[in-house]
Amino acid sequence: MHLTLQVWRQQGPDAEGRFETYDAPGIGEDMSFLEMLDIVNERMEIEGREPIAFDHDCREGICGSCGLMINGRAHGPQASTATCQLHMREFSDGDVIVIEPWRATSFPIIRDLVVDRSAFDRIIEAGGYIGAPTGAAPEANLIPVPKATADAAMDAAACIGCGACVGACPNSAAQLFTAAKVAHLNLLPQGQPERWRRVERMVETMEQYFGSCTNHGECTAACPKDISLDNIALMNRDYLLSKFRNRKLGAQR
Amino acid sequence: MPKLDAKVPSGPIREHWDNHRFSMKLVNPSNKRRFTVIVVGTGLAGASAAATLAELGYRVKAFTYHDSARRAHSIAAQGGINASKNYQNDGDSIYRLFYDTVKGGDYRSRESNVYRLAQLSVEIIDQCTAQGVPFAREYGGLLANRSFGGAQVSRTFYARGQTGQQLLLGAYQAMMRQVNLGTVDLHTQTEMLDVVLKDGRAVGIVTRDLLNGEIQSHSGHAVVLATGGYSNVYYLSTNAMKCNVTAIWRAHRRGALFANPCYTQIHPTCIPASDESQSKLTLMSESLRNDGRIWVPGRADDTRSPGDLVESERDYYLERRYPAFGNLVPRDVASRAAKLEIDGGKGVGPLRNGVYLDFSEAMDRLGEELVRQRYGNLFDMYQRITGENPYEVPMRIYPAVHYTMGGLWVDYNLMTTIPGLYALGEANFSDHGSNRLGASALMQGLADGYFVVPYTIADYLAPMLGDPVVPSTDPVFRDVEASVQAEMDRYLSLTGTRTVDWFHRELGKILWEHCGMERSAGGLERAIEDISSLKEEFDTDLRVLGHSNTLNQSLEKAGRVNDFFELAVLMCRDALDREESCGAHFRAEHQTEDGEARRDDENFSYVAAWDWSADADPTMYREDLRFDYVAPSQRSYK
Repeated sequence: MHLTLQVWRQQGPDAEGRFETYDAPGIGEDMSFLEMLDIVNERMEIEGREPIAFDHDCREGICGSCGLMINGRAHGPQASTATCQLHMREFSDGDVIVIEPWRATSFPIIRDLVVDRSAFDRIIEAGGYIGAPTGAAPEANLIPVPKATADAAMDAAACIGCGACVGACPNSAAQLFTAAKVAHLNLLPQGQPERWRRVERMVETMEQYFGSCTNHGECTAACPKDISLDNIALMNRDYLLSKFRNRKLGAQR
Repeated sequence: MPKLDAKVPSGPIREHWDNHRFSMKLVNPSNKRRFTVIVVGTGLAGASAAATLAELGYRVKAFTYHDSARRAHSIAAQGGINASKNYQNDGDSIYRLFYDTVKGGDYRSRESNVYRLAQLSVEIIDQCTAQGVPFAREYGGLLANRSFGGAQVSRTFYARGQTGQQLLLGAYQAMMRQVNLGTVDLHTQTEMLDVVLKDGRAVGIVTRDLLNGEIQSHSGHAVVLATGGYSNVYYLSTNAMKCNVTAIWRAHRRGALFANPCYTQIHPTCIPASDESQSKLTLMSESLRNDGRIWVPGRADDTRSPGDLVESERDYYLERRYPAFGNLVPRDVASRAAKLEIDGGKGVGPLRNGVYLDFSEAMDRLGEELVRQRYGNLFDMYQRITGENPYEVPMRIYPAVHYTMGGLWVDYNLMTTIPGLYALGEANFSDHGSNRLGASALMQGLADGYFVVPYTIADYLAPMLGDPVVPSTDPVFRDVEASVQAEMDRYLSLTGTRTVDWFHRELGKILWEHCGMERSAGGLERAIEDISSLKEEFDTDLRVLGHSNTLNQSLEKAGRVNDFFELAVLMCRDALDREESCGAHFRAEHQTEDGEARRDDENFSYVAAWDWSADADPTMYREDLRFDYVAPSQRSYK
């Protein structure tokens, strides 16, 4: 395949960015999208031009490092697929492919296609855990969890933290990411003691960084792990309730 | 260098850990905050250690080169985690898990460590469940298990095909809770480039900030390395692209002995490379072999499509050679058998580099729906990568490197030969001998991080109460900083013609050819020469563009590939020295008449721990292995 790439290049966080056009001949359709970028980069290096910086690691669609806007779509044209699992057979000879970083002010650009997603870590830090210090755990089968509950928690927990939901959202909202973790932990019996505190802290931390949700649903369409919008409903309900539950003595009712 | 002291406790093996915990010194709760512990790497072992040490009250500084601690390669483990809970009432026990692991490791691991691992496996499941890891459940709400990797009992806990992800997120969340409490100081996008010693003890590390290139020193009372394995030395492996040996290799260069470097595990069910540009290989769960049948065309150079070959023209070589185990022989046996067929000209696929894994018989027997239920996600992944539909045409598979049993030598306390320097998880050599069983890597990482090092580190720290850390302004730090900066400057000053990736690929080809699934003295000697001459080219003909004060991914890779070169030579040397076939290490000269591995317990029942020398050949130190509980026997799968 012979492709033309239009890639966002930006030297650093404060530098001005611009699109640059690259000719990419000789691309095989069995290559992954990132292998195509590897080839373009290696050719550029040999020519003495600095390669395009992009984030990636496992290349199995699970670490959540990679994430590119490809022709305006987060993770590109294939549904339920992270950028690293996208293959060139999804494109045609002669295509022009526009490649950008996630577009969200809460994910500032570090360089080229690499963005800073540390705001996600701040949300987890605020409450995305169950406080169970090592050594204090009861025997595992003392806490039965209905299969349906465990499965729903697992569906939510499958989030890889890539940021596509934010990149795809017209408001740069992080509801889907936050709700996935809230739902994973709030559904489980082990998560009940911290349920109301968790949701309140996570939502309010999220709101410090990200935009508001107006129910576009772009996030779930872009999500490589098919995290459902239902989680956002659950989070909103729990957040509302937390305002009562978290009042003094509220937990006793 | 004194004789290696593994510090194995005395007494009956089931009391070792208890006795040892009682005999170790403690640090009183209010004094723990007076100690700073550096943890490098935040995968399963590192994040669990950082979280637990912080919960205990130590001040922890944690480091990861990822943008978030949630991205370590532990996340990619699919299958599950073993524990001897005996929930299935099928006769499992701590002793049986211990026995299976020692035997599976082909009698090249330390019994005492493995016994402790089997004991702790039970607590790991309790701990992870309490954290909210969504393990698979039965309808009654209790935990589900599956059998895995040929084990005769069902002891593997799992969270769909994403067990590693869920366990890592559990440890990551526990650590982030401590970050929020201010007890863990987490440094992301920060790569450790050297360890700093004073008076022979580890007193800190030197790092590079990957975003602005700043070289920084960090001091602590002890340093814990949990930086994973080195499969990427082969270039193509199932490891994540950034996985590397640098942290443990730099520690090795400072004096930590490196044990059994040649033990590398090759997994039989990976998707074959599609062309030269392939950047990594993708693993598919071993469970596929439960129902898939492996075959190649009966005669060499037969390029007809699989559907055109009738039964009599197919060779189900595993079923033919190993009637008892058939397609379920262990990983090393299955991998080597595939290589033999492909080397014999029977490889399939466009590059003739695979063997078929065929589900047509299973589809007839079980029906497509049941096959979809069992393997649907794997089939989807295969189709996404290859563009072929495995419900219609047989899958193609080929072995790939995916785990390294070798690593820094550690004693029973997980301390390396440098006082104050610890190694956990895949970064150490300790528990898997010469072959790791499925679903035991996650177990080891978490055992080391949650339950071993938090105890054993106190024994080292206690006598240092009141001692301040060596300040990062001390000349020992300044010297190491200067050498790290000089290395960066050297890469950038070269004006060669080759990229880092080119060198890495070429190195990988040499190593895969001669130090892969089958090794021979001639091949290994040649590999050492080839690697050395390629390294000379690397030192002169490399080209790295850009600057050291910005994000520069090529510069990061240059240092890692440099260390891979040095490691590769040591791997070949170790493989050359080990004149036997054991576990994942197969020497062509040491096989039975029918091509099976021949172990030599008489002469090689030891751990080979190597020192480093820049100009001379390294010296090997032996830790002799004793098998008081599991009598060595020859494995047979016929």
